[in-house]
Amino acid sequence: MIPKNISKAASWYESSARDRINGLLDHGSFREILGPEAGVISPHLALFDLPPAFDDGMIIGRGTMNGHPVAIAAQEGQFMGGTFAEVSGAKLVGLLRAATAAADTAQAVSTVFLLLDTGGVRLQEANAGEMAVSETVRALLEARSAGIAVIALIGGRAGAFGGGGIVTACCSHVIISEQGRISISGPEVIETNKGAEEFDSRDRALVWRVTGGRSRALLGGADSYVKGDVASFRQAAAVTRNTLPDFSLATLDAEQKRLEERLNAYGDCRDTPEIWARAGIDDPKNVSELSDDAFIALLAEKGHAHGAR
Amino acid sequence: MEKFTISTRAQRPLSGTTRQAILGVVASGNLELLFERIGGDTVEINILTASTGYRTVWEAVIRDFVERTSPGGVRITIHDNGARPDTVMLRLMQGAKMLEMPS
Amino acid sequence: MAPADLLAALFPEGHNVTPGAENTLLGTAIVANESVAVLGITDATPLSPEIAITLAGFVLDIIRAGEKTPIVLLIDTASQRMTRRDEMLGLNEYLGHLAKVITLAGAQGHRTVGILYGTAAAGAFIATALATQTLIALDGAHPSVMDLPSIARVTKLPLDVLTEKAASTPIFAPGVVPLAAMGAVAEVWAAADGPLAPRLATVLATSSNQDTRDVLGAERGGRKQAHDVALRVAAAFLKPASGEGAI
Repeated sequence: MIPKNISKAASWYESSARDRINGLLDHGSFREILGPEAGVISPHLALFDLPPAFDDGMIIGRGTMNGHPVAIAAQEGQFMGGTFAEVSGAKLVGLLRAATAAADTAQAVSTVFLLLDTGGVRLQEANAGEMAVSETVRALLEARSAGIAVIALIGGRAGAFGGGGIVTACCSHVIISEQGRISISGPEVIETNKGAEEFDSRDRALVWRVTGGRSRALLGGADSYVKGDVASFRQAAAVTRNTLPDFSLATLDAEQKRLEERLNAYGDCRDTPEIWARAGIDDPKNVSELSDDAFIALLAEKGHAHGAR
Repeated sequence: MEKFTISTRAQRPLSGTTRQAILGVVASGNLELLFERIGGDTVEINILTASTGYRTVWEAVIRDFVERTSPGGVRITIHDNGARPDTVMLRLMQGAKMLEMPS
Repeated sequence: MAPADLLAALFPEGHNVTPGAENTLLGTAIVANESVAVLGITDATPLSPEIAITLAGFVLDIIRAGEKTPIVLLIDTASQRMTRRDEMLGLNEYLGHLAKVITLAGAQGHRTVGILYGTAAAGAFIATALATQTLIALDGAHPSVMDLPSIARVTKLPLDVLTEKAASTPIFAPGVVPLAAMGAVAEVWAAADGPLAPRLATVLATSSNQDTRDVLGAERGGRKQAHDVALRVAAAFLKPASGEGAI
């Protein structure tokens, strides 16, 4: 059910990548790099008789957030599933490398926002897409080493799957809405490989319990949970810049401990309500039915807030 | 996939001062359009479409669009993934509106 | 190649690498009179949260020791393990953590070299082999992002059409040769070309501080655009007054 006061606000899930950028940054501040007029499109889709997009589903540039210079990249989940491919990936890699190179210069940015909306690697360009993910990880971590926060925002149609899930886990901070999903193998892929008894991809409630924003936030896979409107994403993005972990041995030692503890505590669970019951949440089956406000209150009390990512 | 260009003339240049506009997404049953001002009174429309064999339909839609908006001095580049003619018309009108806005 | 044969071929000067839990390998070896740390995955084992956290723990121990010891990662994994339970527990965080830890080692002065001697696919490939500074593939290794039947299913193209296209472009085809063309694999080592140990010593002696895989991909013709696009983006970003327009 969508409450009345939210239905009037622009929905992150329903918005295009360009609309999300414009809603996130200060009004009119976005300056696109290699925009549509540059004609940088995929050279490989024609082989598959598929139409290209002007931006290859990756829109990048710079702008300001409350007056502060930032870099931004947004995947268009409606084009080829927002996939990592040769051109789309190189645009993101180039942006991250540029942000690092710009540190301590007049062009410096404090933050790179990654508006992930992706099914993972584009299979028509599988090898180039895989490389793009790997190069993104490397460039992202170099940006973090240079003191730049890299913040993932997830709540689009395509979620953050495949390599997108790995990229998410490498970011300084992850903002997610109820509609956001994070995973590596998608439910359909697991069902195809292992059968419906392992993962029934048509059981939408199950899919959401396993991969959805609420579960990720409760378990520690996402750091900020927001309502699904663009304004809520903007609000969270604006306040999270100050408290982010650096990319260091101390951070990764802490993450090692955090992830070991999760396996020890919940490694034998089969579904998220089992985890929530063990974590001391009252009425664990009801987590997905709560209002956003009630869930945010629950998260504040029982969530795994941490600075280990 | 099929690629072709339709060139025609308009009664007058499109009003407004915005130089460029992009709209739409290359999703199934949808299309994206890039509008650019090139000056003069010609209209140049480059179409790349996933559906082959519909050139005459495109020509009819564009004729109608040019008559209704007179978009002189505009180049439109389209990537189409099987949009219906009414969707194409709607997007063409939206794009022309975006260029007519003061920049 | 069996792990024991591989270890013997790579480290004739001696090693104490032994099998650990979950089909992992751990130990040290001598290469050109220097000590190197050796980690591995064997038997095409799918990458699970348990394996990722075990390997990551080893790497963190090596970094913490402060000796800047080179790290050699021997890889024969499948894809990430595909279970509902692993995804529920946040497999992306475990694989991301492993990729981060290996990358951190490289950034902190450890020479990191991956040796792919079996399979590696999809997310497991990213989190292990592709997280090292230099990836070597042994002749006969078979990396893939996705196998052709899976690509056929998603792209709805007949497998024979896909196989035919794969012959003319390395952009999606599985195997060492296409991935070398991408710049993913730096060198392919065939046993017929002589002993492996001196070649490993040579690679360990070179430094690799920058990610130049896209340059390699352009030189080899497998990725003609990636490096150029990344350069154009950087140039525009560093000179925001020129060549950019608001839309």
